[in-house]
Amino acid sequence: MSEEKSFHELEKNIIQAKEEIEALRFSDDPEDQTKVSQLKEKITQEWKKIRPYLNPYHIVQMARHPQRPYTLDYISFLFHDFIELHGDRRSADDAAIVAGFAFYRKKSIALVGHQKGRRTRERLNRNFAQPNPEGYRKALRVMKLAEKFGVPLVTFIDTPGAYPGIRAEEKGQAEAIAYNIKEISRIKVPVVNVVIGEGGSGGALGIGVGDAILMLENSFYSVISPEGCAAILWKDQGAVSEAAENLKFLAKDLLDLGIIDEIIPEPPGGAHVDYEQTFANTEKVLNQTLQNLESLSPEKRLEKRYQKFRKIGVFTEK
Amino acid sequence: MKGLWTRCNQCRRILYKKDILDNYSVCPACNFHFRLTPKERLGFLYDQAQFEKLDENIHSDDPLKFEDTKKYSQRLREYREKTSNPDAVVNTVGTMEGIRVIISVMDFRFLGGSMGSVVGEKVTRALERALNEKLPIIIISCSGGARMQEGTLSLMQMMKTSSAIARLEEAQIPYISVLTDPTTGGVTASFAMLGDINIAEPNALIGFAGPRVIEQTIKQKLPKGFQRSEFLLQHGMLDDVVQRKHLRPYIIRAVRLFLNLPR
Repeated sequence: MSEEKSFHELEKNIIQAKEEIEALRFSDDPEDQTKVSQLKEKITQEWKKIRPYLNPYHIVQMARHPQRPYTLDYISFLFHDFIELHGDRRSADDAAIVAGFAFYRKKSIALVGHQKGRRTRERLNRNFAQPNPEGYRKALRVMKLAEKFGVPLVTFIDTPGAYPGIRAEEKGQAEAIAYNIKEISRIKVPVVNVVIGEGGSGGALGIGVGDAILMLENSFYSVISPEGCAAILWKDQGAVSEAAENLKFLAKDLLDLGIIDEIIPEPPGGAHVDYEQTFANTEKVLNQTLQNLESLSPEKRLEKRYQKFRKIGVFTEK
Repeated sequence: MKGLWTRCNQCRRILYKKDILDNYSVCPACNFHFRLTPKERLGFLYDQAQFEKLDENIHSDDPLKFEDTKKYSQRLREYREKTSNPDAVVNTVGTMEGIRVIISVMDFRFLGGSMGSVVGEKVTRALERALNEKLPIIIISCSGGARMQEGTLSLMQMMKTSSAIARLEEAQIPYISVLTDPTTGGVTASFAMLGDINIAEPNALIGFAGPRVIEQTIKQKLPKGFQRSEFLLQHGMLDDVVQRKHLRPYIIRAVRLFLNLPR
C-alpha cells in the first residue's frame, strides 16, 4: 500500500459496508440482522488490513473526517436537557464555540466545545470551528458559571486553530487565549478535556487544558498543523507527511510524553463508522475520570492540576 | 554590528555605530529600535549593569528526535555556539534602584526565540522564584512563538507558565511584561499578555497569528501599522508604548507604585 493513498481511498470498503448497515438499521427481519453482523465483521476485517499501513497523516485525515462526530453530536448523545448559552457579554457571539449546561447521570454539568459545520452554510457560519476572541470569552464566562454553581466542566476540542484574521487580532486573540488558560488553572471545579478531532495549537489550548486530557484514539493535538509546519520548516507543502511524522502529536505519542491522561478507543474504521460505539467508549472513560476528580477536594485538585502541567517538558539539568 | 559604520534597517541611513550604541541601539535619525541580545538589554536595565544569571544549566534534549531539513539536535548545537546561551531565554536577578527584581529576557537569535521545554521551564522557574522570594518580575519577550521541534510539549508550556502567573497574582507580586519586536504566537498567547502591566517598545510586531498567515487566510493586504505596538495600544492590549531609553525608569516607577515604595 503506497503512502500517497489518502485515507478516504483506503476506507472505501469500510464506508460501503457502513452504508449498507445504515440502510438495514430499522429492519426487524432476522435475516437483515444477520447481514448487519456480517457487515460489521467485514468492517473489522477490513480495518485490520488497513490499520498497520496508516501513517500519522492518515490519522490527521481521520481526525478531520467530514463524517466524524462533532461536539454537538456528543452533547446530544451523552447529555440531556442541554441549554446553549450565547455571547461573551462584550461584543459578539461566536458560533465556532458552543457552551452551556446539561444533565449528565442526573447531575448538572457545564459543556464547552469547538463546533464544526456539516454543510457549506453551517461550515461558514461556524467559521470552520476557528474561534475569534469572543468565542474564548464566552467559553470562560460559562466556565466561571460552572465554578459559581459548583458543577464539573467538560470541554470538547475540535479546531484547526484560532482564526487568523484582522478583527481577531484587533479584539485580542492572544490575550483571550492567554487569559483563558490562566483562569482555567484555578477554576475550582473538575475540568476534563476531550480531544475529539483536531487539537489545533493555541486555538485548542484556549479551552483544552484542565485536570485530565482525554483523547480519541484517532485525534491529534499539535503545536501547529502539519501543513503549516511543512511550509515553515521544510518550505515545501509536499512534506506534510514528514511533518506529521515528526510532530508526534497522536494520542499514543502524547500519552508517552505525559501530556494526556487516557486514550478513548475508537471502533473499527474510526469514530465516524460507528457513532454509538464511539459515544459509549467516550462515556465510559469520561464517567470514570469525572468520578476520580470529584473524589478530590478542590485544593487537592488544583494542586494536582498545577503539578500536571508543571511536569510537562523534557530537558536535562547538569 | 561589525565595523565603525552601519546602516539603519529602517531609514537606511549610514550611521556611526557608536552613535547608535550610545543611544540604546536606537537609530538617532528615525527611532528604529534595533534588536538586542539579552546581555545588551540587561546592561542598561540593572544598576551598574550588574546581575546574576540563574538556571543556566538546563538544556533541551530533542525529545521527539525531530528532523526537518536538518536535525533539531544539530540546530541546538549551532545556536548554542552562536549565542553563547543554552536556550532562548536568560533568567537573571539583580537590583533596579536598589530594589531586588527578577528579569527574564528572551533571545530572538536562538531559533527565533521560540518556546520549547527549556524556555517554558525557565520562565516558570523565574516566576516561581519571584513567588517564593516575593520579588517583582519583569519578562522581556521576543519570540516567534512555540517551538515546533518540540511539538505538543512546547504548546503545553503556555499552560505551565500561565498557571505560575495565576499564583503570582494571588500572592500580590508585580509582573511587568515587556513585549519587543517581534512577539507572536504561543508566547503572546500566554505569559506575554498576562502582565499586571503590558508595555512594548515602539513599532514592535505583536500578535497571535503572523502577518503572512493572516494575509494568506483573508487574501488581502494588511493595513499599514497592523499588529504594531501603537496599533495594540489603540486596541486596548497594552498599557503603553515605551521608548527604550525610558524603559528602566518606567519599570522602576511601576514597581515602586505597585509596592508602595516612594523614592
